[in-house]
Amino acid sequence: MRTILYLIKKEFLQIFRDKFIGKAIFGIPIIQMLILVPAITFEIKSSEICIIDNDRTSESRGLISKLDGSPFFRILQSTSSEKEANELLYSDKADIVLHIPSGFGKDLGTGRPAKIMASVNAINSMTAQLSWAYLSGVIRDYNLDIAISGNPEAANAMAAIGITNRYWYNEMLNYKHYMLPGILGILVAAIGFVLAGLNMVKEKEVGTIEQINVTPVRKYQFITAKMVPFLVIGLIDLAIGLAVGKLVFDIPFEGSILLLFLGSAIFLVAALGLALFVSTMSGTQQQFMFVAFFFMIIFILMSGIFTPLESMPVWAQKIDMANPVAYLMRINRMIMLKGSTLSDIRGDLFALTAIAVIFTALAINRYRKTA
Amino acid sequence: MTRNPVIKVRNLVKKFGSFVANDNLSFEVYEGEIFGFLGANGAGKTTAIRILTGLSEPTSGEVMVAGFDARRQPEEIKKNIGYMCQKFSLYDDLTIRENIMLYGGIYGLGKALIRERTNQLLDRLNFREYGDRLISSLPLGLKQKLAFSVAVFHEPRIVFLDEPTGGVDPITRRQFWEMIYETASRGITVFVTTHYMDEAEYCDRVSIMSEGRIVAIDTPAELKKQYDAESVEEVFVKIARPGMKHGKESETADNKREA
Repeated sequence: MRTILYLIKKEFLQIFRDKFIGKAIFGIPIIQMLILVPAITFEIKSSEICIIDNDRTSESRGLISKLDGSPFFRILQSTSSEKEANELLYSDKADIVLHIPSGFGKDLGTGRPAKIMASVNAINSMTAQLSWAYLSGVIRDYNLDIAISGNPEAANAMAAIGITNRYWYNEMLNYKHYMLPGILGILVAAIGFVLAGLNMVKEKEVGTIEQINVTPVRKYQFITAKMVPFLVIGLIDLAIGLAVGKLVFDIPFEGSILLLFLGSAIFLVAALGLALFVSTMSGTQQQFMFVAFFFMIIFILMSGIFTPLESMPVWAQKIDMANPVAYLMRINRMIMLKGSTLSDIRGDLFALTAIAVIFTALAINRYRKTA
Repeated sequence: MTRNPVIKVRNLVKKFGSFVANDNLSFEVYEGEIFGFLGANGAGKTTAIRILTGLSEPTSGEVMVAGFDARRQPEEIKKNIGYMCQKFSLYDDLTIRENIMLYGGIYGLGKALIRERTNQLLDRLNFREYGDRLISSLPLGLKQKLAFSVAVFHEPRIVFLDEPTGGVDPITRRQFWEMIYETASRGITVFVTTHYMDEAEYCDRVSIMSEGRIVAIDTPAELKKQYDAESVEEVFVKIARPGMKHGKESETADNKREA
């Protein structure tokens, strides 16, 4: 035990003796939070819409002004030339082209079904779907307006089934609230993952590990001493991140802070265990970074931070059972947004603990004092 | 006087693929002696020292160090030895005191004892004022002396020094050998590799390695007598040159035939 303390002290001394790293460790997460949280959002602030109005009746103008009044749409241009409109879509200036054919007003007036056509730029399928959903919403509203003005009774009949919905746990559908717990997890992990791994490989490159390997130090002692400082730093980063979230973004925090730290601590052990395992197999810092990037990209992109796990193929979900970031993402969001308690997340915590134990055991086992 | 062997090596072989780095080494090192392990660069000295210190596993053969088997109990050996690498390997970004504190701690010495011995050590080496300086700021000679002092800080039974005087000036080399004598006088066995043949004269016994084999082993005086040489250097040249056996020998034989 005393040996571990000597080793841990040495690691801390070395980490903070590097003036740049010593500052970056705490500065980088703050900058990351300030940039990433407001930047990564799926909300659509304004869709540029181009309207081809071949009808030019009060009905078509009514629809246009309805769209104009919606905060989601900005009318880029009204034109009668289909070619010009397609040009705008093609050059990426317009997101939607809405074609109101002549006869639209007449059809509405005579009670025949009126048709309009929307072409949506679907390069980004997510924004396309959202724009489409907003657009249909506006048109449905407009439909209802017409129905009410024409025949109030029919309107009542239409409105017989009313749906009111309420979004739970993130009522305003605020993406900041959704992203922040995830980003918090990633920044806690990334720093420790990279630094711990590089630290270990550097000892090999410089040759200092040779002097350690010839002492009676135990393998678990050395690996533990490599982990502890980055575990502590990771948790301090988490605290800083939470403070930034609270002060700058006013994120809600429903659950127990202690539970959040517990989850992150277990997660950090898993991440550091993996980093050290990779570093025991790497001869140079380049080799380590190469493999580290491979794992980080896969783990982060598959973690469910951007895309829900449920929409991934089944095989991908199976892979995610070994992905510590996926567990952390779920745990963080459940605790922070939903206020989940220990018993709600114990399954995830248990799985994460198992992963942490396995990765750490692999690192200790793979570290060779005798070649 | 019956001498007590602290290192016993029988038929040690170490192969890297098809390359034989240590070819059937057998020797003993006795308690308290200064044993010089000589050989040209690439003769296999470092390979052997890494096996003796438990850093590398032998391919075959029997290696006992401080009473423990190098193959099965390398960690037991490590408790009883000190080691100074050929390449300086203390922590450059720590101070002298921090390095000593770390290694003292790893070998299980108490904090007070470490402090006391550190002060003695700094006084002895005459660099008390360097105690809180980063290792990276020290000249090579000081670094080497420090590495040696750290290797014997925990009073091991045997200390292994791999080319300890490589690249240092003659005065520092002399001081270094004074330190080695002082260490041996405390009863610590010193196993030292070198390719400076003048240093071999300072050893109690030496072995000479060439191309993975031990070609001679005895006291410097005995070797000089045996090979009718003025110095160990001459012995070395006599043995190692024509003794560059294998390929080289057949080459010379061919040359003779041509002549």
